[in-house]
Amino acid sequence: MQDRWSYKDAAPQTLLRLYNASLRYGAVDVLQDVSLEISAGGPVILMGPNGSGKTSLLKLMMGLVAPSAGEVHCARSRVSFVFQKSVMLRRSVAANVAFALQAAGLPANDKEIHAALAQVGLSYLAQRPARRLSGGEQQRLALARALSRNPAILFLDEPTASLDPAQTKAVEDIVMASAALGVKIVMSTHDIGQARRLASEVLFLAGGRLVERAAAESFFNLPESPEAQRFLAGDLVISPEVKS
Amino acid sequence: MDEPSAFQLILSGDPQLLAIVRLSLSVTLAATLVAGVLGLGLGACLALTRFPGRQGLVIALNALMGLPPVVVGLLVFLALSRSGPLGFLGLLFTPQAMIIAQTILITPIIAALSRQVIEDLWAEYKDEFTAMDVPGAMRVRALLWDARFSLVTILLAGFGRAAAEVGAVMIVGGNIEGFTRMMTTSIALETSKGDLPLAISLGIILIAIMFCVNALAWGVRQWSVRHAG
Ligand SMILES: Nc1ncnc2c1ncn2[C@@H]1O[C@H](COP(=O)(O)OP(=O)(O)OP(=O)(O)O)[C@@H](O)[C@H]1O
Ligand SMILES: [Mg+2]
Repeated sequence: MQDRWSYKDAAPQTLLRLYNASLRYGAVDVLQDVSLEISAGGPVILMGPNGSGKTSLLKLMMGLVAPSAGEVHCARSRVSFVFQKSVMLRRSVAANVAFALQAAGLPANDKEIHAALAQVGLSYLAQRPARRLSGGEQQRLALARALSRNPAILFLDEPTASLDPAQTKAVEDIVMASAALGVKIVMSTHDIGQARRLASEVLFLAGGRLVERAAAESFFNLPESPEAQRFLAGDLVISPEVKS
Repeated sequence: MDEPSAFQLILSGDPQLLAIVRLSLSVTLAATLVAGVLGLGLGACLALTRFPGRQGLVIALNALMGLPPVVVGLLVFLALSRSGPLGFLGLLFTPQAMIIAQTILITPIIAALSRQVIEDLWAEYKDEFTAMDVPGAMRVRALLWDARFSLVTILLAGFGRAAAEVGAVMIVGGNIEGFTRMMTTSIALETSKGDLPLAISLGIILIAIMFCVNALAWGVRQWSVRHAG
């Protein structure tokens, strides 16, 4: 199992480790006994149906919530998070990036701000109030804020869930460009097409359990678990109907 | 019949009238300033901290928003009177006493309203700030800054309430001519004496000030909606 999901070219550097981590809200078991390691390398995509615990697992890895049992070890020094619906500060686009830089203890001068905005193609909107941006522009600004911190890991929770295909592509391009620069991407999605485009490795969640972990190619060609088989089959069943 | 002379008083810049307006404005501005610092501090603390008894404090503060001015006046009077705990300060029947009374009157208003505003904004920002690892002091500063337009509106509301109030300043200021006579207390006195032109002219000025304050609050809202989103 180990070598099935480890990269040939991966540096043997562990960024994050969960050991039998569980999360429970009241009587609800949201995550159960999740053990995994995240090492440097290509994008890890978290998949699973609605309510399977993707958001919860990301928050747990990021340290936004504490596990009710088990352990989470994360190099908390530099990680960033992009939420499904990002919250913009009531300031200009540039000031939003400046804030993220300052929060990370980095110099927030014009050069840094401009570089972060250029990276996501938002330089021309720098002086606009951030809350006036469209949904896609806001997600790109959220990416600029997150990336300006020079994170070792970038967590993204369905960052394109409410975007049109063009904006989705723009976000995916930025994510892949960051991955190429060595940022570890850990991203959730229930868009199978997106997962195919981005993933090096897939974590598949169902009912709060990590049921499968595999390199992208083998996951999409030969899913092992019945849950993943059904999830992927759902996609195959629907597509021909749409075409006919 | 009386209106022309009231307008004449205003237009001619009657020195007695101007002195009353100046005193009123400076007392109320000073009270708004002090209550602003205290109220915003208290509001931010209550919004951002959790401790046992906090809920009770929030409810008490909301209740104190409706504090009757005469009761505030009475309490400040008792505290500052010769035999009171703060009698040694010798502040009774001075402008300072009126500042104290107005401050007590509007601090709960500013605190309660700003608590709500800051708490709502915090609920919105919480996850992002936690994810960005924003240090404590920077969080507070950012919340105050991003809520600035709402907070200014709250300060203006506090100013309006203090400027319109008569009972408290009457009791602790004593309505002494040329020393602690405010617009509201003058109106009460002059009306009872039958000097209607002065009372009416002060009434007009008071209403004009309220209009200006509200226009300012409205302008701040508009500007913020346009520029900060
Ligand atoms: N604060 C909470 N209190 C109680 N239950 C919660 C809480 N947060 C999440 N849950 C439950 O945990 C389960 C997993 O939620 P989570 O948001 O992690 O799923 P998800 O995989 O991200 O779903 P989606 O694809 O819809 O975003 C859900 O059943 C949800 O109702
Ligand atoms: Mg989710």
